[in-house]
Amino acid sequence: MEPTQTTPSKWNKQLLEELMRTMMLSRKFEEKIEQMFAEGLVHGTTHLGIGEEAAAVGTVLAARPEDYLLATHRGHQPVLAKGVDVNAMMAEILGKQSGICKGKGGSMHIADIDKGVLGSNGVLGSNAPIACGAGLTIRRKGEDKIVLCFFGDGAANLGAIHEAMNLAAVWNLPVLFILVNNGYGVSTHISKASRDTDLAKRAYPFGIPVKTIDGNDILAVYETVREARDYVAQSGPMLIVQNTYRISGHSKSDQNRYRSKEEIDAWREKCPILRFKAYLLEQDRFTEEAIDQMDAETTAQIEAAAEYGINSPLPSLDTILDDVYA
Amino acid sequence: MAIREIRYAEAIKEAMCEEMHRDPDVFFLGEDIGVYGGAFGVSTGMLEEFGPHRVIDTPISENGFVGAAIGAAITGSRPIVELMFSDFMAVCFDQLLNQAPKMRYMFGGKVKVPLVLRTPSGGGTGAAAQHSQSLETIYAHIPGLKVVIPSTPYDAKGLLKTAIRDDNPVIFLEQKRLYQTKGEVPAEDYTIPFGKADIKRPGTDCTIITYGRMVELSLEAAEPLAKDGINVEVIDLRTLLPLDTEALIQSVQKTGRCVVVHEAVKFAGFGGELAATVNESEAFYSLKSPIKRLGAISAPIPFSPELEEHTFPTTDSIVAAVRETMK
Repeated sequence: MEPTQTTPSKWNKQLLEELMRTMMLSRKFEEKIEQMFAEGLVHGTTHLGIGEEAAAVGTVLAARPEDYLLATHRGHQPVLAKGVDVNAMMAEILGKQSGICKGKGGSMHIADIDKGVLGSNGVLGSNAPIACGAGLTIRRKGEDKIVLCFFGDGAANLGAIHEAMNLAAVWNLPVLFILVNNGYGVSTHISKASRDTDLAKRAYPFGIPVKTIDGNDILAVYETVREARDYVAQSGPMLIVQNTYRISGHSKSDQNRYRSKEEIDAWREKCPILRFKAYLLEQDRFTEEAIDQMDAETTAQIEAAAEYGINSPLPSLDTILDDVYA
Repeated sequence: MAIREIRYAEAIKEAMCEEMHRDPDVFFLGEDIGVYGGAFGVSTGMLEEFGPHRVIDTPISENGFVGAAIGAAITGSRPIVELMFSDFMAVCFDQLLNQAPKMRYMFGGKVKVPLVLRTPSGGGTGAAAQHSQSLETIYAHIPGLKVVIPSTPYDAKGLLKTAIRDDNPVIFLEQKRLYQTKGEVPAEDYTIPFGKADIKRPGTDCTIITYGRMVELSLEAAEPLAKDGINVEVIDLRTLLPLDTEALIQSVQKTGRCVVVHEAVKFAGFGGELAATVNESEAFYSLKSPIKRLGAISAPIPFSPELEEHTFPTTDSIVAAVRETMK
């Protein structure tokens, strides 16, 4: 594991702790979902992003609370980082009335407008044009906000993504496109989906700046997005390609037939949380005990959320037609 | 009220302009709507009146700009988006099917989507198979959308104002063949409620349920029928979703006969829903003859005027259908 090449003094201790805790919370949230799935407590399907925590958490925490977020179907992590109530998220995934979407959306459609979360999206790429529209409102109202728009290497081949990057570029919209490259679109390796796998080049035809970073290095993610945020607010769209890996399967139906155990294990070694922990210890910013305590506290938080979700009532049948229309 | 005769296209523009003056959150985007004035000239002069920040020409990128309109709507704007031809819904359908109509429900009621998609619909212009369709049934099948089809300049202005003030995504299907037709329109502000059908001609013998351009043809058909002592009642739905089921049921209970007419393909068309609405109601027991449905033939719309004319219902076919119900 390579230490992140940054001088320790520039990183505020409180921020380091927040980054660590949020990554832990995301990991434990998804591990809990996985466990409850196996126990038959979760209905439907869910898409976990275990291994991608640094990309999601580093990006969202580097932006501002007032910025908008459009996540993908694999959206738990950025949404949690945006501060959406973890109890209400757990209840949503369990299909309960107290869920963040009243049990109407589930894992793929978590949204919380009050927190700037304009939705996770079950249709790949379709969030990007919508992100442009949020950017239009920002420009129209002269607000100091940006829009974070997540998509993956799979969605990078969709027309919607290209149309959105073009719109954002030609209208100079404050949209920061975050391409989380985890190497696979479901089971299809990037090399089978794109002739040129350097996805940074996707920014070139639109004349927008791009950076490629190690998406498992949370401080690199944080620093890059922090800088990009101010650029985007002032000057328009930008693309950041964050290379990472999805250790978990695509969804519950995934049997990992498309990749080897060795490949997955190699990436487990590169786990962004373990890597960050090693860095914090090495730089002497936190003691092992302090990190263990964060671990124990986030575990307790997730256990409490799961309990809250499990004990929450199912939606009342008389809500079934609520909110079809405003 | 000052009432003038203006064209259908002018009534639409007037509604947009009045609403944009009334509410600074309303803006307008679409292909070639600025200097060019829109493919059918509807927005001529609006760029000069409101400037490029409120009348926004888009790239040819329907999926992109329709999605952008949705994103603007959920963040506090009230966009009107023009889709050059309703047939192009196919290239932005995900936004109209999976995004706009579902957001409020999926997100637990925490978002509203005040969006109007204006788009020219229908044939009879020699534009052939990809620029002439009437696709309202597809929209009407999507809970969360509202579907509006105005048949007169008066209705166009009043319904569009209601659409712009509505907090839901509204598909506003303008009838290409009606853009140049004239009618009386108040210069003042007025709105027409959704979900209220309009009896365009009262009658006692047979109910014609219709909407859009077929209202005009149905009213024409009523004339020769009246000479033969057959008084048809012509009901213009104005909005398909929400649907004024009460109006249909009451009318058929009165007349005992029913003909459903639309320009869209008859097979699996909205007429099936209308006939079923009557059949499932008390009005079923008033029926003296089977319900007749008229719609386009099951073929792509042909180019040649000779062929195109026989694709859609005509005044003659409406007259014949009504006579059939009177047998």
